[in-house]
Amino acid sequence: MNKFFERRYVVTGIFLVIMITLLGRLYYIQIVDDRYTIYANSNVRRVQIQYPSRGPILDRNGKILVQNVPIYDILVNPKDVKPFDTLKFCKLIGIDKEGFEKRMVKAIKYSPNKESIFEKQLPYELYAAFQERLPEFPGFDVLPRTVRTYPDSTAAQFLGFIGEVQDRDIKRSNGYYKSGDYIGVTGVEKFYEQVLRGQRGVKVQMVDSRGIPKGSFANGALDTLPRAGERLTSSLDIDLQKLGEKLMKNKLGSIVAIEPSSGEILCYVSSPTYDPNLMVGRERGNNAAKLYNDPYNPFFIRPIQAYYAPGSSFKPLSALIAIQEGVITPQTTYYCPGYYVAGNRRVPCFHHEVHGEVNLAKAVAESCNGYFDMVFEKLINRNGAKKTDTSFNYWRNNVAKFGLGSRLGLDMPSEGRGNLPKASYYDKVYHKGGWRSSTVISLGIGQGELLATPLQLANIEATIANRGFYYKPHLIKAIGDKQVIKHEYNVKNYVGVDSQYFKPVIDGMQNVVEYGTARASKIPGIIMCGKTGTAQKAVGIDNSVFVAFAPRENPKIAIAVVVEDAGQGGTWAAPIASFIVEQYLRKSISQRPSGITPDYYMNANLLPDLNISLQNMLKERRRDSIRAVRADSIRKVKNDSIKKAAQLKTANNNKSGGLSGLLTSRRTGK
Amino acid sequence: MSINNQRSFFFNVDWLTVLLYLALCTIGWFNIHAAVFDEKHPSIIDASTNYGKQFIYINVSIVVAIVILLLESRFLTALAPAFYGITVLLLILVLVVGRNVGGNQAWINIGGGFRLQPSEFAKFSTCLLLARYLSSVNIKVTELKSFLIAAAIIGFPMLLIMLQPDTGSTLVFCSLIFVLYREGLSPYFLVISGLLIVLFVVSLLYNPLYVVLTLVIIAALIIFLFRKHRQLIFTMLVGLAISVTFIFCVKFIYSHVLKPHQTERINILLGITTDLRGKGYNVNQSKIAIGSGKLWGKGYLHGTQTKYAFVPEQSTDFIFCTVGEEWGFAGSVVVIGLYLFLILRVIYLAERQRSPFSRIYGYGVASVLFFHVVINIGMTIGIVPVIGIPLPFISYGGSSLLSFTILLFILVKLDSNRMGIV
Repeated sequence: MNKFFERRYVVTGIFLVIMITLLGRLYYIQIVDDRYTIYANSNVRRVQIQYPSRGPILDRNGKILVQNVPIYDILVNPKDVKPFDTLKFCKLIGIDKEGFEKRMVKAIKYSPNKESIFEKQLPYELYAAFQERLPEFPGFDVLPRTVRTYPDSTAAQFLGFIGEVQDRDIKRSNGYYKSGDYIGVTGVEKFYEQVLRGQRGVKVQMVDSRGIPKGSFANGALDTLPRAGERLTSSLDIDLQKLGEKLMKNKLGSIVAIEPSSGEILCYVSSPTYDPNLMVGRERGNNAAKLYNDPYNPFFIRPIQAYYAPGSSFKPLSALIAIQEGVITPQTTYYCPGYYVAGNRRVPCFHHEVHGEVNLAKAVAESCNGYFDMVFEKLINRNGAKKTDTSFNYWRNNVAKFGLGSRLGLDMPSEGRGNLPKASYYDKVYHKGGWRSSTVISLGIGQGELLATPLQLANIEATIANRGFYYKPHLIKAIGDKQVIKHEYNVKNYVGVDSQYFKPVIDGMQNVVEYGTARASKIPGIIMCGKTGTAQKAVGIDNSVFVAFAPRENPKIAIAVVVEDAGQGGTWAAPIASFIVEQYLRKSISQRPSGITPDYYMNANLLPDLNISLQNMLKERRRDSIRAVRADSIRKVKNDSIKKAAQLKTANNNKSGGLSGLLTSRRTGK
Repeated sequence: MSINNQRSFFFNVDWLTVLLYLALCTIGWFNIHAAVFDEKHPSIIDASTNYGKQFIYINVSIVVAIVILLLESRFLTALAPAFYGITVLLLILVLVVGRNVGGNQAWINIGGGFRLQPSEFAKFSTCLLLARYLSSVNIKVTELKSFLIAAAIIGFPMLLIMLQPDTGSTLVFCSLIFVLYREGLSPYFLVISGLLIVLFVVSLLYNPLYVVLTLVIIAALIIFLFRKHRQLIFTMLVGLAISVTFIFCVKFIYSHVLKPHQTERINILLGITTDLRGKGYNVNQSKIAIGSGKLWGKGYLHGTQTKYAFVPEQSTDFIFCTVGEEWGFAGSVVVIGLYLFLILRVIYLAERQRSPFSRIYGYGVASVLFFHVVINIGMTIGIVPVIGIPLPFISYGGSSLLSFTILLFILVKLDSNRMGIV
């Protein structure tokens, strides 16, 4: 004992307090604070997404349109790389030395300890050779993946393609997609993305501090298996599609064929087209750039995006509405002197042909403009000239029931509306009360501001074939193994014309093919009812349009064909349509009395000369685009042209731009 | 020496201390097994692994402990200056021929793959000499001369270790202030030391001007309240002057005296900077390991932070992470409890000595153990800056285990002989 004996308590006290402080802190971080458990878990847990295989797409007969094939990504882990024969390596996978170094630097930058993708999408042929030599290249590994492949290289615009997700996709998906994932970019791949992509699985792994996997987390309790994407059965007939694409080769235009009894689209041709396989694999980038720069714009989905004046193909619809409204009867006749006088204007018949005394059926068969101008005037003037606008809107609504001027709701992205002007539009252009039926007379024969997509045209034919209703047109007829069919595709959409009124119109359409403007396209033994259209444009050669359905009784196919810059409807569109129809109904094409053969059409090149097209384009910007309006007063013309030019400009800005953009908007027929 | 004497000698050993020692060694051994577990060599006694080696070190240490118990107590007292001298020589030698590990020139190769860390042995030899000096007749710490000599005994090895530079081991010697306090050093030293640490931290966290202002206000208040005590006023004013000077010195110390990695560690501790991937990685991962242990821990060999090597240095300085993660708060309480029990037992042993030498040495042992435990565990849970010193008896390492064994068992030996004359 000494005199500082009591100091032992001070020392002991200090020691105790500090030790208890340690315990307090431990109590806090171990018991109170739960964050550390989360951190510890996120340290060791690596959630690996197990990608399901994307659903294949079949044609209506079960033939494969798209499926998956294995390709191989080469992975590298820089940590394990030891010196090796780089030259041989480069040769095996088809890259050069510079490319090798660039990839290596990128991999090291990503992580010197973790695996990353060295080269993407090695095709099987290269993979086989590389795989044999793999042991010579330590640190490299191969990861099999799948990509889309298109065995028949067909229906590109229908199928669309997949691509890596963009930032906005990632944002919109609420975290579902991660950078590097694939997503449908266009076509069916986009529209049915959620069905096709399937359900992802996850595998939760444990990793150590360097990211090296150390087995499954909690014995796989959190793991889920991926579920493959659903199989889609499309309504397309692959043989029909291939024939259509062949017939449309070297032409601009579109074919849409619909099964009237279901709304299923049988054929969906957009020309020019491209091989969808180009949008897959290592050369995808280069190929895509080439396709984007193609002035004929193969990515433009003409069946739903191109706007064409229906021209005379509109006449059956016009007639139907007139009969339903009671302004004419099938027996109403009109004397055609080769033109029609509307107000102070003379609207000529095609080639100034004098049709003489025509009734409805004959007017349809011979495509008498005069008759239908008369019909149109009767409809628009039914309540007197002062009520032009209300009568016009009434007419417009009747036309709209056939699906014009609005989207039909096809199961594809970026469907266009076409154009069906309202009275208010003309009020703006000509100020209120400043226009008469004669001003807009060209609408009566499917010209003027009236614009439709090939899909809309085909849908009108399906409606006529069904005598008064249509099923919503669609490209995917069934989803998955259970062949689920969307309910909306079983609903009849009535267009407001009684079925009894169809007969005279259909008679006329039959005559079009029997002895009328499309007589060269008559198919022996099949009664096809159709209507040619020679849709005038302000400049350049007319678009060749043909719409039809067959056979007359119990129709199996309704079709619309548009060939741009091709001239008369009977010359190009009708024969092409007849081959498609016959192929579909007979699975073969017979000898035609007229002597036409598919080969001739397949080999014809109707692509417009780009230089001329461009000049026309520029001319058009300065001119009024509607020939019929030209006779109107100069002031009106001026107003109109300024308006048009402005519209055209915005249209161009909205489209893909550049030369192809110019061409595109010109083709819409304005 | 007769057989009878031998018996009584072992009878006098404080078995409680020995048991605590063995318990801590065993806990250390198992935790090292978990920390550096190698699937290829799962056996805990596989000598090719660090846990196998630790097993050898433990056995060697037990042998050394027995040898110490067999020595004559007088021998220890007499040879204190010699031990001190040898240690100092080794500390100088290490600066010349030492091996540089992790930036510290602290190791001497002694062949066979083993290395010696002289700074570890400096701890008990300094304690011995300090005890020897302070227990001499007519020496009082309260006298300036004696205090300075005592301070020199402590300071000389500190200086040599600082040259390595091993800041952690250097700071360990500061703990001997408790010994001096127990032997009569003015309590002001403790208070001022504590105050300086507080001031250091506060002036790093806040604008020094505000700190000074606050101090001035507090001082003014105290002076106003006790304005009749002239002495106190004077002390307050001097204290205030020193504090203010110190505050303005902190910035200087910080940027000129401390090394960049040290300021960085302090910055991270105080939350001035966060760098979870770089400088702050170690402590952050360590906290995650301990924090994720919850109450009962993840179980032996099941700690994910431990198993997958998220905490660097986990078998040595950060061994407590393994305890915290795999044994949870329960395990932490047990380990800290064992330490506290051991330290208090050491103080108890020290106080029951008749000879001042034994008592002073005992306090040295308690102080060094305490400092190691608090600083080591404190840094793994992020309440003291990272200072690389081992956790006694638990951290992996032969030198450290051996030196702590010697440190402790010299006291046990002295205690067993407490009835005899030293």
